Parts: sequence; C-alpha cells; structure tokens
Amino acid sequence: MPAVPLNPKLFRKDVEQIPTRNGYGDGLVEIGKKDKRVVVLTGDLAESTRAHLFQKAFPDRFVECGVAEQNMMGVAAGLALAGKIPFVSSYAVFVPGRNWDQLRVSVCYTKANVKVAGAHAGISVGPDGATHQALEDIAITRVLPNLTVVVPCDYLETKKATIALAKMIGPAYFRFAREKTPVMTVEKTPFKIGKANVMRVGTDATIAACGPLVYEAMVAAEMLAKDGIDVEVLNCHTLKPFDEETLTKSVKKTGCCVTVEEHQIIGGLAGAVAETLGRREPAPIENIGMQNSFGESGETEELLTKYGMKSADIVKAVKRAHKRKVSKK
Amino acid sequence: MARANSQPMMTISDLEKKAYAIRQDIITALVAAKSGHSAGPLGMADIFTALYFRVLNVTPETRNDKNRDRVVLSNAHICPVLYATLAQRGFAKRDEFLKTLRKLGSPFQGHSNNHFDIGIETCGGPLGQGLSQAVGMALAARMDDAKWRTYCLMSDGELDEGQSWEAVMLAGKERLRNLTAIVDRNNIQIDGYTENIMPLEPLADKWRAFNWHVIEIDGHNIGQFIDAVGEAKAVYEKPTVILAHTIPGKGVSFMENRFEWHGKPPSPEEAKQAMLELRTLQGQITSEHQ
Repeated sequence: MPAVPLNPKLFRKDVEQIPTRNGYGDGLVEIGKKDKRVVVLTGDLAESTRAHLFQKAFPDRFVECGVAEQNMMGVAAGLALAGKIPFVSSYAVFVPGRNWDQLRVSVCYTKANVKVAGAHAGISVGPDGATHQALEDIAITRVLPNLTVVVPCDYLETKKATIALAKMIGPAYFRFAREKTPVMTVEKTPFKIGKANVMRVGTDATIAACGPLVYEAMVAAEMLAKDGIDVEVLNCHTLKPFDEETLTKSVKKTGCCVTVEEHQIIGGLAGAVAETLGRREPAPIENIGMQNSFGESGETEELLTKYGMKSADIVKAVKRAHKRKVSKK
Repeated sequence: MARANSQPMMTISDLEKKAYAIRQDIITALVAAKSGHSAGPLGMADIFTALYFRVLNVTPETRNDKNRDRVVLSNAHICPVLYATLAQRGFAKRDEFLKTLRKLGSPFQGHSNNHFDIGIETCGGPLGQGLSQAVGMALAARMDDAKWRTYCLMSDGELDEGQSWEAVMLAGKERLRNLTAIVDRNNIQIDGYTENIMPLEPLADKWRAFNWHVIEIDGHNIGQFIDAVGEAKAVYEKPTVILAHTIPGKGVSFMENRFEWHGKPPSPEEAKQAMLELRTLQGQITSEHQ
C-alpha cells in the first residue's frame, strides 16, 4: 500500500504547528453551517475546547450545561434521540472520565447519535499535572459496545474527523491535545473512519501510532533509515473499529511492531494492536506510552522525555523489536 | 394538535378499571418471570394508565412520529408497569409480555430499553439518568419550535443521585415549560424508607428552589393527575414537577407500604391472593369470584 500524501514541510523547522483542538472548533463551524441538526454542549469549557467558535456562530444550537458532566452526557442523549447531532465538549479527564456510566447506558446502549469530544488529552497538557492528564480515556471508551473511537493526529485530521463523525450515524468518542503540534497531513490526505493511513512505507518494522505522537514516529523512522532499518509508519487514527487488515498486512511484511500513544499502554492502542496480532499475525511488539503510572506537572517536552515518548525512545523500541524478530528467526 | 387516538376517550371510572387490569398483568408477568420488582409497578399503575390512555399524544400507530409526546422512564426497574400498559394499549403483544418478561430474547428486558420498537424511547436502569435525557429531548423540541412534550417518570429514591439535581438545575435555567417530571413519592427504596436512608424533605421546596413549578397530588387519583398535567401545560416559563404521593404495592394488601416488596416478585401462592384482591378491587366487588 503506498503512503498517503503528506505535508512537504513535514520534516522542516517551519512546519505549521496548530493545536488539534482548533480542528475541532473549525470543523464544528463548518459542519454546523451545512447541517442544522448539529448542536454543541459544554460544561463550562467553551473556549479551551474551541466549542466557543460554534457558540458564536450558532448561539441557538449551543447548550451551556455548567460544571455538571453527568447531566451533560444524558442531555446529549436526549437531544440525539430527538433527532439532533450533539457534540459534548469537555476535557477528556471529565468526559468520559466523569460520566462513563452515562456514556455506557444513555448513549452507547441506547445507540444515541452522540459525539463526545475529549480535549486536553494526553500527558502533553503538562503543568496542570496528573489529575488533568487523560491517559485512560481510550481504554474506557474502546471497551464500550456501539462506540467509535478516534484519535486524530493533527489539526487537519481533527477537522476532517469532526465532520466525518457528524455524518456517521452512531455514538463516537474522539480526543484532542492542547499544545500546538505539527500539521503532518494536507487537505487531500484521505480520512476514513476505521481505515488506518500508511504514512511511510517500509519493510523492516511497523510503527503503529495515534495522535500527535505520529510525528515523533515519523521522525524516528527517518533516524532509523540512517541506521539501515526501513520502517513502515501507520497512523491508526481509529481505535475502534480497529483497522486490523492494514496492521496485519504491514506486520506480515515487517515481522515486528512498535505502538506509540499518549495513553496508558494497558487498554490503549497497545492493547488493540496486541489483541489483533495475537489473533492474526503473532510478532514481537514493543510499547511506547504511559507504563502504568500517573503523570505529573512539567513542560510538555520534559514530560514526553521523562515518560519515554520522544523519537529517540521510539528508535530504541524499534531496535528492540527488530532484534527480537531477528533472534527469533 | 389533533389527538391521534385509535380509541374513544375513557372516563375516569374506565381508567381506574384499566389500572386494575394492568396491575393483574404485572402480577401475572412477575410470577412467570420469577424475579423483578413488585411494589413500584403496582404503585404507578394509575399514573401510567392515565398517561397512555388519556394524556399522551402518542398511539401505537404514531409511536415513531416526529411530533409524538415522549416518555422517559428513569427508574426503569418499574418497567413491568410500562410494559403492561404498552401491552394493554396495543404497543406490544400482551401475551408475549405475560410469558416472557425478563426471559432470553424478550423485548421485555429486566430494565426497559429502546431496541424493540414498542414505543419505548430510551434505555434506563442506573438511576438518575432519565431526567437528563428528558431535558435533552425538551431542548430539542424547543430548538425545533415543536409542540410535543416530554414526560419523565422518576422515583423518589433516585433523587439521591447528584445527576438528578444537575438535570433539575439545567431545566430550571432553561425554563423548559415543555418538560414535566413525575416523581413517584412512595417513600421507599431498597434498604428502607427514604427518610431514613437519605432524607428528601422538604422535597417540594427543593424543586421550587430550583425554579420548577410544583404540584402535589394523590398518585392514585387519576382525576387529580389529569388536572396536574393540564396545569403543567398552562405554566409558562417553568418546567413542572408532579410529586405523586403513591402507595407502593397499591392494590395488594400484603405488599402495600412494605419496602421488602421493592425488588422481589410474588410466589405463585402470594400471586393467587394478589389476583383475588385485584379482581375484586380489594374486596369492594363481592358478587364475582366468590
């Protein structure tokens, strides 16, 4: 499978840096213009989730729920059951962290067409510390029947995901980061829910990544090329339904896999990859992500470095996986 | 809006008799199910009867109509009364309800859900979620400038849940006059009497403080209930809550007011006694069944 078109400035210093959450706000306004059924809710976090852009454009279709996330999820379910397409906007630690039962029953079991947006996800939110660093949200959403789970990699992909999820019928969760991150994709890069994007074609190892850390994976792949290891990079933006075909095909070719995510490796992308490969293409796997611990306060780069999520860490992980593959043979 | 009703309007006396028929169906289904809740469903039979046979703008034919009234059953453990009423009203198959409640593959699941196209709007069970769903529906109707109304049936026990009050607060803020909550004030919950487990009083004052219009009624007086619903429609600028004082287990002497009957079905022997009482309206009718 050939690689998807990417930003020609990807590896340059002047690559555009935009927070993924901005893609949410811009996407909401764009789909809001076209589809009057789209409504947006927030729990006292309009501006930082970028929901305020929709609020300004469509005040009659915006519901400020106050700091009451359990109710907000139920209200969204009711709106959806009455024909609306509600987007619930909050921080990922609260939504779905604080209203998981409401997501499970009022939304997923009911099959209510609710879109749940978790902003400020991952450790990169930084100085706010462990309480505000959502590192478990993928695990607790991925396990829910009927729920689609998406982790877009950059601003443009987030915008496309927002629009695509509005058009898709059924409950969905997607998450964004606060910090500015490189824009890797371009307008014509495909985004299809449930279909992973091959970002780089390679033959020696597969990196399955999601979210803004796909950038670190791409940088790691370039570094590894210099060491003679040709890496394939997959942007697994949809965690559920997981694109087993693309992953299996890639690992059949490369023989090993490294997962990369800003999330606990338990139950996250690492879980999805291990479940898939264990069943379909057993191979050595290494995991980049939170290793069963909480985060702490610090600057984004300090935290990503301390918790081993930078390109240098990915390089080491690929070499470990690659070595295990070779020694197995 | 024209009442799309496939049946002639029933008198209060007709409705009272229908409520007793519904109670008998509840007992029959619970005995066959061998599990389930007895007290709540019996206590709410009068209100469900009045809703589906008089108040609501929804019929089996219009159950998926965009402009139908919506009912959210928040305390979904009392779903036998919803099922029995829907079956008696023609939304669902009565025979199937009587035989398959809580059984594998049945549309009559242990807690009500919206998967079977029998006129049930939402899924419920975990307490405190229904009013939020109802608030969302009422908001949607208002955004569309639509005339349909949303009714949320709740228990008093579930007012322990913080989420209930989050929803109460938002409905008050949004002045949702198209929303009516109906609280089954039967004073019992699983572990005992509400005022011992977690006191709710002064309950009416609490709702008023959150900017709701409050009406207190005898939940077994169908006339009072119909009047209260009419009053709610006439109130502008506020959502309405009807605090319906009911007797849990109503109609079966040995179940009435006993919290032990919250979560269990009658045995076949107990059911026999219950059915006798229900058929004779607790001894008021003596000429038959003697």
